[in-house]
Amino acid sequence: MVKITYIDHEGTSRDVDAKVGESVMEAAIRNNIPGIDADCGGACACATCHVYVDEAFLPKTGEQEAMEQSMLDFADGVQDNSRLSCQIQVSDELEGLTVTTPESQH
Amino acid sequence: MESSVVVIGAGQAGGQAAVSLRQFGYEGQIHLVGEEAAPPYQRPPLSKDYLKGKLERERLFLKPRQFYEDSKIDLKTGVKVTGIDRHTRTVSLSQGEDLSYDKLIFATGSRARQLPTPGADLQNVFDLRTLDDIGQLKPAMQMGNKLLIVGAGYIGLEAAAVAREFDLEVTVLEMADRVLARVTSPVMSDFYQRLHESQGVSVRTNSMLKELVGRDGRVTYAVLSDGEKIDCDIVLVGIGILPNEELAADAGIACKSGILVDRDCRTNDPDVYAIGDCAHRPLVHYGRDGRLESVHNAIEQGKIAAAHIVGKDRPAEDVPWFWSDQYNIKLQIAGLSQGYDEVVVRGDPTSQSFAVFYFLAGKLISVDAVNAPPEFLSAKRLIAANAKISPENVADVSVSMKEIMTAALAR
Repeated sequence: MVKITYIDHEGTSRDVDAKVGESVMEAAIRNNIPGIDADCGGACACATCHVYVDEAFLPKTGEQEAMEQSMLDFADGVQDNSRLSCQIQVSDELEGLTVTTPESQH
Repeated sequence: MESSVVVIGAGQAGGQAAVSLRQFGYEGQIHLVGEEAAPPYQRPPLSKDYLKGKLERERLFLKPRQFYEDSKIDLKTGVKVTGIDRHTRTVSLSQGEDLSYDKLIFATGSRARQLPTPGADLQNVFDLRTLDDIGQLKPAMQMGNKLLIVGAGYIGLEAAAVAREFDLEVTVLEMADRVLARVTSPVMSDFYQRLHESQGVSVRTNSMLKELVGRDGRVTYAVLSDGEKIDCDIVLVGIGILPNEELAADAGIACKSGILVDRDCRTNDPDVYAIGDCAHRPLVHYGRDGRLESVHNAIEQGKIAAAHIVGKDRPAEDVPWFWSDQYNIKLQIAGLSQGYDEVVVRGDPTSQSFAVFYFLAGKLISVDAVNAPPEFLSAKRLIAANAKISPENVADVSVSMKEIMTAALAR
């Protein structure tokens, strides 16, 4: 189990025990974390699982693929630390990861 | 007495309605009744990653089973509804129990259209609709050699792509003169036919299945209407789906190719709702009504019905959207292209990334985006905003889609 903290746009923080191999999106959905819709279920088709990744962890979350980059380019409130959480795989390296959800996924 | 909502059907739509009811603060009883054994799960991966074996069963579940218990949602799986009495507001279940309701939601989904030809009941002839279907199909695909797919729709073509990864010999039969004929334009049909042929799939358009023939009860070959025989040891049928409206119709709810609902998902009985594949709904961006067979629609209508029941404002009605993954090609569809009178291709359809824009009377109504997320995401916004955008605007690939979108939204 890997501890991940989700902070919503109002600042409320929720801790989740994520499984190695699942995505940061799946861990959120499994635990009913608000602020992540993930309508397409992780197919990188909808851009409704946008999160801001704690800068210190960014390198450990892996490279963005072209598909994710261009999806994010159209999301609201994109920052340098924006990712689609369905494209971040949970690994032991991510222990203590904090992600913040945006105000809206649309 | 405590109020009660009964949701018939525990798929993507029914599951969403139950979850949203709790999220929106509904405090009464919620009964979620499904015929299948599994809790609500995602269907799209069935013909994609799950068929490939890349996803375990539990990862398809929209929520773990425990979630329903924790949320006080009475999830009953493997249970059929045998009757509905709207006067006593009672739903009868197959295990003998009766549930009373204040609000009833039909989320009964759809079922695979059955092959009308002889031999359809042979062994190794499969639908591709449920987890159980895949439970039988997957081992057959791992052991089989020759797969025949009847129907070149998205499900059939997605399965063809997976089967090629398993190294099966794959033949796709299609009655129409092109693949995806019912759902997209000739440009897209050409693209997908070439894609599959380049991957070794034999695509047979203008081909009608006459019968399936077997030995010892197991399919061995297909006979086409012109007499030609095609050897096969597995047949996959993907010829469309039918809405499960019978239960509602029997209860006196108005149906017309689906259960008729208004923008709040209400039927002709104000205490009865219908959502997802089974619902025939207003399509607000198109000034007509129809059924939508999609994840987007299931989620949206689940939320809308739940919101209406608790007296919340209606959630946004998004432009319909869909996706399909085949090989390394991601197709994203924004809007509904039916009835288009002008087609513009942005980019090169012989490449692996382009988009097709559909117009009706000068208005953008839909986009098929092949490995082209900017075109897909822009189209969703442009259609939602009813933006002024011309065929000439989108054809110019020297201008980025984002710039085109921004300019159109500012007009």
